[in-house]
Amino acid sequence: MATELGPTPVKGPASGTTPVHHGPKGVGEDNKILSQGKWASWLLAPTIIALGIVIVYPIISAMIMSFQKDAGLDPVTGLFTEGGPAGIQNYVNWLGQQCAAQGGGTVACPPGTLGGQFWTATGTTFLFTVITVAFETVLGFWMAMIMARTFKGRGLVRAAVLVPWAIPTAVTAQLWLFMFDFNGIINKLFNVSILWTGSEWPAKWAVIIADTWKTTPFMALLILAGLQMIPAEVYEAAKVDGATAWQRFRMITLPLVKPALMVAILFRTLDALRMFDLPYILTGGANNTTTLSILVINQIRQGFNSAAALSTITFIIIFLVAFIFVRFLGANVVEQSGATGKGKK
Amino acid sequence: MKTPRFLLPVATAGVLALTLTACGGGGGGTTGGGGGGGDAEANIDSRGPITYVQGKDNSNVVRPLIEKWNAAHPDEKVTFKEQTDQADQQHDDLVQNFQAKNADYDVASVDVVWTAEFAAKGWLQPLKDKMAVDTAGMLEPTVEAGSYKGTLYAAPVSSDGGILYYRKDLVPEAPKTWDEMMEMCSIAKANKIGCYAGQFKQYEGLTVNASEAINSAGGSVLNDEGKPNLNTAEAEEGLNNLVEAFKNGNIPAEAITYQEEESRRAFQDGKLLFLRNWPYVYNLATTEGSSKVKDVLGMAALPGKAGPGASSLGGHSAAISVYSDHKATALDFVKFLVEEEQQKFFATQGSLAPVFGALYDDKELVAKLPYLPVLKTSIENAVPRPVTPFYPAVTQAIQENAYAALKGEKPAKDALSDMQKSIETAGAGS
Repeated sequence: MATELGPTPVKGPASGTTPVHHGPKGVGEDNKILSQGKWASWLLAPTIIALGIVIVYPIISAMIMSFQKDAGLDPVTGLFTEGGPAGIQNYVNWLGQQCAAQGGGTVACPPGTLGGQFWTATGTTFLFTVITVAFETVLGFWMAMIMARTFKGRGLVRAAVLVPWAIPTAVTAQLWLFMFDFNGIINKLFNVSILWTGSEWPAKWAVIIADTWKTTPFMALLILAGLQMIPAEVYEAAKVDGATAWQRFRMITLPLVKPALMVAILFRTLDALRMFDLPYILTGGANNTTTLSILVINQIRQGFNSAAALSTITFIIIFLVAFIFVRFLGANVVEQSGATGKGKK
Repeated sequence: MKTPRFLLPVATAGVLALTLTACGGGGGGTTGGGGGGGDAEANIDSRGPITYVQGKDNSNVVRPLIEKWNAAHPDEKVTFKEQTDQADQQHDDLVQNFQAKNADYDVASVDVVWTAEFAAKGWLQPLKDKMAVDTAGMLEPTVEAGSYKGTLYAAPVSSDGGILYYRKDLVPEAPKTWDEMMEMCSIAKANKIGCYAGQFKQYEGLTVNASEAINSAGGSVLNDEGKPNLNTAEAEEGLNNLVEAFKNGNIPAEAITYQEEESRRAFQDGKLLFLRNWPYVYNLATTEGSSKVKDVLGMAALPGKAGPGASSLGGHSAAISVYSDHKATALDFVKFLVEEEQQKFFATQGSLAPVFGALYDDKELVAKLPYLPVLKTSIENAVPRPVTPFYPAVTQAIQENAYAALKGEKPAKDALSDMQKSIETAGAGS
């Protein structure tokens, strides 16, 4: 039908057929656009409904839960009873590190409660994020530069680099746990006796080292993709103009690879902010290696509703970080694509 | 051009939402408060096929038993639902299904430390009156661990207790008390090995070890009313025993990173004189090729203040869900699991400690599992880990503060008072 209707309006006047046809044709076209819109929404509906079920519903239900009190114990029957509405109390408790006190009200959370760990966990999460992403960017860039060159066995190197990324994180963590053991290979190799998982900074470095080892390949591959977009002629032209290797890197490679680099950093930052498996298995969250995600999981076992509040807070924190990234670094990407768009027009 | 700039954050939000979904997912649904007498009354006389839920059946003991049951009860067949081998995941799986009032989880294997929580949520059928299970002949602490507020909610199926392993070649006779053991540490020093170790990493094992230290010195974590009771001289003495041993090197510094396996390897490599661990070590230490203690492995009850120490209790119980459609069958199956014949099978096939005292003196069993007499003393003197519906919060409080004390970051007294306060806030949520 569409193919028959399509060409007729153009042919109509040219072949000099009755002008009576003209009016209804226009209406028909409007109808077509309308029905196309309808069609589109029908076709999109399943996806939207699916997204609504898997994303919107859980978020809203988690948010509703976060405004409820956790179940309390009825002292007479010894059974749990619903906590009832809590207002924003759960949020206030987390942010102010307040715990319920005997006989009502709240007290500052004593050491040994999850509530007392919120700000240290936030600090730890950001510390891990900043350090691991910095290491991964530098190392990943270096690996990508090597892989971008043409040499014998390049395919093999690329495949080999991917290995750490392909291993499930839980397995990685277990492997590193063996290596960081007091009698493990790392202490033997460097002839030291460090309690890697038994004191604060060694434990933090253990997590950072394992995470860097695991996710640098991801960074390297994303940057490699960016590097391969740069045409070789640009470098040739620069060489002819007498640019040094450093100048070529600074003036050509860096600016041209920047969009890909920024996307890679954004992905890794968001990923690192929800780090869970590595510290959970390596240290169990001891020695100030509890991240926000670990705190959420631990809290789920103690009370769903305040866990829901905490995961909402975590969500907002990560969202803000992502927003800042997109505003300041993503703006660049948009402008560039905008510029090419204008050029085409 | 402006649309993408606006859309980008929105798209990011969409992706990020998955983070929240993953986190909030565990919650799902409201807390089924009260449980209600209605559920507990329903379907008591009903019979039919049921499901038995348990963690991974590593030593293949559950399947043969279920086959045996099914052959005898063709109209009331049991299906086996196998969970993972991770205790935390088993716990969360049970919570989710009970919360959803899933009628397919008829009988579940429940770790001793979960009983109070599940019972207080109203998910477990009280095993009394028509649904009573006979506990005569069972070791007292195992029954205690299956009870909440004086009512049995889970029938003990297997038990577990701590054992002191020692080097027979270096120590002529096992120490009876903690002080005796500490004196023997000079032997370890002369032989240039570590003296004692348990499990001191910050995890559930530390709760086990710290509670043992506190209970063995005459203290207790919770009093009879379930309130924390840690600001006592006995509790301080108990925790201090461990703190001092770390300080003077009787417990080697690396033990702060030990879980069960690390401590077992250190002992098997001949690096320790004494080791506190579970019965599973016996089999590995005497059969593994690399074991250096094969022929010199000694076993004794944990040392206490004046006699045997108070071990923490492990093990599993069988509980019936209040949402089960066929409770009469479920009850029969639970009774079948705790029968002596099945208990023997658990012990010989799966090295699971029986719950009947008499079985520990069974010659045939002792020949196969020589640690049984020692384990009997251990379990008889055992104190269940704090029986409380707030167990996750209590174990968190014990672990974090005991860990700080063992590392010398705060005195035992302060650690205990922080434990006390933390446990108080957990119970004060109502």
